[in-house]
Order: sequence, then C-alpha cells, then structure tokens
Amino acid sequence: MGVITDNLDLWGEALLGTVQLFFGGGAVALILGTIVGAMRVSPVPIARAVGTLYVNTIRNTPLTLVFFGFAFALPPLIGVRASGPAAMGFAIAALGVYTATYVAETIRSGINTVPVGQAEAARAIGLTFGQVMTLVVLPQAFRSVIPPMMSVFIALLKNTTVAAGFSVLNLGSMRDWLSERGENQLLVIVWVMVIFVAMVLLLSWAQRSLEKRWTVAR
Amino acid sequence: MSGSVLYDVPGPKAILRNRILGVLTIVVVVAVIAFFVWRLFATGQFAASKWEAFTYTRIWEQIAIGLWNTISAFALAAVGALALGFILAIGRLSDHAWLRWPVAAVTEFLRAVPVLVMMFLLYYGLPVVGVRMPSYWVVVIALVLYNGSVLAEVIRAGVESLPRGQREAGYAIGLRKSGVMRLILLPQAIRAMMPVILSQLVVTLKDTALGFIITYEELLFFAKRLGSAATLDSPIIPSTIVVGAIYIGLCLLLSGAARLVEKRMQKSPRVRAAQEAIAPRLHDGTTTEVIAAQEAGSLLEAPRGTAGRRDAGGGPLG
Repeated sequence: MGVITDNLDLWGEALLGTVQLFFGGGAVALILGTIVGAMRVSPVPIARAVGTLYVNTIRNTPLTLVFFGFAFALPPLIGVRASGPAAMGFAIAALGVYTATYVAETIRSGINTVPVGQAEAARAIGLTFGQVMTLVVLPQAFRSVIPPMMSVFIALLKNTTVAAGFSVLNLGSMRDWLSERGENQLLVIVWVMVIFVAMVLLLSWAQRSLEKRWTVAR
Repeated sequence: MSGSVLYDVPGPKAILRNRILGVLTIVVVVAVIAFFVWRLFATGQFAASKWEAFTYTRIWEQIAIGLWNTISAFALAAVGALALGFILAIGRLSDHAWLRWPVAAVTEFLRAVPVLVMMFLLYYGLPVVGVRMPSYWVVVIALVLYNGSVLAEVIRAGVESLPRGQREAGYAIGLRKSGVMRLILLPQAIRAMMPVILSQLVVTLKDTALGFIITYEELLFFAKRLGSAATLDSPIIPSTIVVGAIYIGLCLLLSGAARLVEKRMQKSPRVRAAQEAIAPRLHDGTTTEVIAAQEAGSLLEAPRGTAGRRDAGGGPLG
C-alpha cells in the first residue's frame, strides 16, 4: 500500500489524466462517430463513400500510429508546440478520431437491427420522417446500441494508456514517474493493473445491467 | 442499400436535397484536404531536402528491418494467441468446476488489462524479480495473452451457440467428451466464428505498434529515429507519412486476405451449415451478441455475410 499512500499526489494527478482522456476522447468520439455513422446510413452516395473510406482507413490504422501522427507530425504542421495542456489536447483528439470509427459502426449496425417492416409500417400509417425516426426507429435502435457502445467505451478506457508513450500523464505512465521517485516498478504496475481491472469490471457490470433492462422484445 | 430502414424512395424534393448534401460533403472534404496541403506547403514539407532521406538504400534497408520486426512479432503472436485461445476456451467449457472457474477468472483478467500495461509489466516489472527478456518476446507474450483471451471468448461463444442437438447426437453415436468437442463442436464453432477470429488477427497486427512505446525496433521506432535525424533535415512529417502508409497498407492487406478467406468459406456448404446452425440461436441471443455478429460481418466488409444478414433478413424485404 505504501506505493499508493506515499505518492497520493501523483496517483491523483494520473487518475485525473486518465479520466480526462476517457471523457474527452469519448466526447470527441461520440460527436464525430455520430456524424460518420449518419453519413454511413445516409441516402447521399458521396457521403456514404466518405464515411466508408474514413472508417476503413482508421480501422486499419494502429492506435499507436494515430497517436504518433497527432503527437509528432501534426504539431509542427499546424505550428503548435505539443507540451503540457496541448499534449493532452492532441492525445484526446487522437483517441477521439480512432474511437469514432467504432462508434460509427456501432450506430450503423444498431440502426440495421431495426427490421425494415417497422419503418414501413410507420410510414404506412402516415407518420412523417421525423415521427418515424423519433417514435419508431430511434427508440429501438438506441436500445440495441447501448450495450455494444459500452464495449467501445471499455476499449477506449484501456486505450487511454497508450497516451503514456507520448508524455501525457495518466495511469499508464505511473511506472515512469514513480520509478524516478525510487519506488518498486513491479509493485506500481501491479497496482495499475488492479485499478484497470476494477474499472473495467465496473463498466462491464453496468453494461450487463443496462442490457437486461433495455432488451427489445421481438 | 443500407439506408432502406430509414428512407423511402426519394421524390423530387428529396433528390434535390440529397444533391445539395452531396455537394456540401465534397466541399467539406476538399476544404480539409486543401488545409493540409497548404500547411504542408507552408511548412516547407515539399522541399527536396525533406525527402532526400528516402533516396538512400540504407534508409530503405532499415525500413525493411522495421517491417520484418513488425511482421515476425505479429506472426508468432498470432499463432500463440490461437493456441492460447483454444486452451482457455476448452478449459472454460470444461465440466469440472475446479478447472472452469480459475480459467474463467484468468481469461477475464487478461481481457481487462490494457495490452500496454501488460508490456510494461513484462519489460519493466519482471526485471525487479530477476526475469529479463528482449523486447521482441515482451511484445509477443503480451499480444498472445491479450488476444488469446479474446479469442477464447469468441470460440467459447461459438461452441455455446451451437444447438444442443449437435452435442447430444455426438454422444448418441458413442463419442466421448473429447471426441464430441474435437470432431463436432469445435469445427463448427470455428467455421461460424471465422470472421471474428480473422478480424482479431488484424487487431493483433495493429497492436504490434505498441512495441514502439517499449522501444521494440519496429516500423514506428524507426520512423521516430529517422524523423529526428538532423543531418537529414529532421523529416518527421515525411517519415510519418511513409511509415504510416506502410503500416496501413499492411493492415489493409491482412483485412483483404481475411475477407478473401471468408468469401471462399462462404461458398463451402459445411460453413453455411455451421452458420445456419448458429443463426436461429442468434435471434434468442442478447442484443450485444447479435450486434457483435453483425459487426464481425461488416468489419470485414463481406457481403454482409454471416449472422448479420440473417438478422436483417428478419424484415420482410431482407
């Protein structure tokens, strides 16, 4: 326990870093992913093509490479120095851009789980496009999107550690910082593992209980 | 068309609106590309000196070494992950609780730990207790542990989604437990889950890039070193572009191969039988399972093969 209690300040900062990366990256991913997901199911062919290109490219790009681009190549390109808060911003952007593809695919397949007959029946009884969406399609799609979306966010939480390789303080970089203070590296890493397992189990539990509550009867 | 749930056949107004949206999309995309080209130009990235590095054979030799290191770590990790996946899956499907529970706990633990933290444990943590290994083995072992546990869950889900009759028929013709598993359950489960297994291998390839952070000399490691070589005008942006293209090309190639294999398998009657055996169960499955199956299909961009198709087929127009 000494590893934690003697360095509470640093653990707190690291936890804050992880939380910032998680929520920041999550917000970027949700906004960008929803836009891309909407493009992927839109009736506009060119928008579908752009969405597909984005998803297929980023999905075949290692997250480390995305981070690499945002940390080393982008800053000189747009003339910003990537240090301190700016480094955090670039890390959040990298996580967001990467995770957005998974969000987009989850939204797309969620919408595809709604049987065509549902929308057709809604149109047949004279509902407008807005009503079809808000009353029939989206409520069903939303329920089937939530559980897999949780899996995307669990992956995002684990991916925040990659920021440790690009000098952004988070739980993943605790080993680096605490070994400078002369702590036992093995112990530090084991504690980091314990924290991650606890957080992931918590999220999985939330996922299961949401899934139970929101199963669509079909 | 994928949007058929959402949209009716467009009328004149909708056609016009769609055209406007199309033009808007093009404008935005062109603007983003133009911005980057302008910045590349403004920061002098098109200068010959920035790209001179790539005219040397020596540099390409080093890129080849980086590429080889990436591929060799991936190849061994893929084989190891498949092996570990089978072991953990069979352990977790065991009838003996004393075996099932520990294996389940280990699998869940390995799945919950970030791969990078596992690499840190092997590379920086274990030397504390006197176990040292080269970064190559650190990358391979960490990838095997994580992807093996994920594959174990995939295989287990495949076996559990088979109809009970398959197992019972196996016992009825006098097979033992091991025979039922080896001859009846596993072959069908693997065929049905092939898309997910292949896409997990693409994940393994992508994750070899994490080796960069623990100084494994793969492609990114080399890109960084080249990018900070002052004698070559520090070409960090050109080297990111070149190495990034190689990495993405490699992953696209593997995804393409996966898709090809899946298409081939789709034609085989055995595979279709296995997938049909699982399909009705997917309807009773939780939403996550249905979507996971769908995602697996769409990820490889198969003609929305596997379960996804069947699920969409629930609609009258399917």
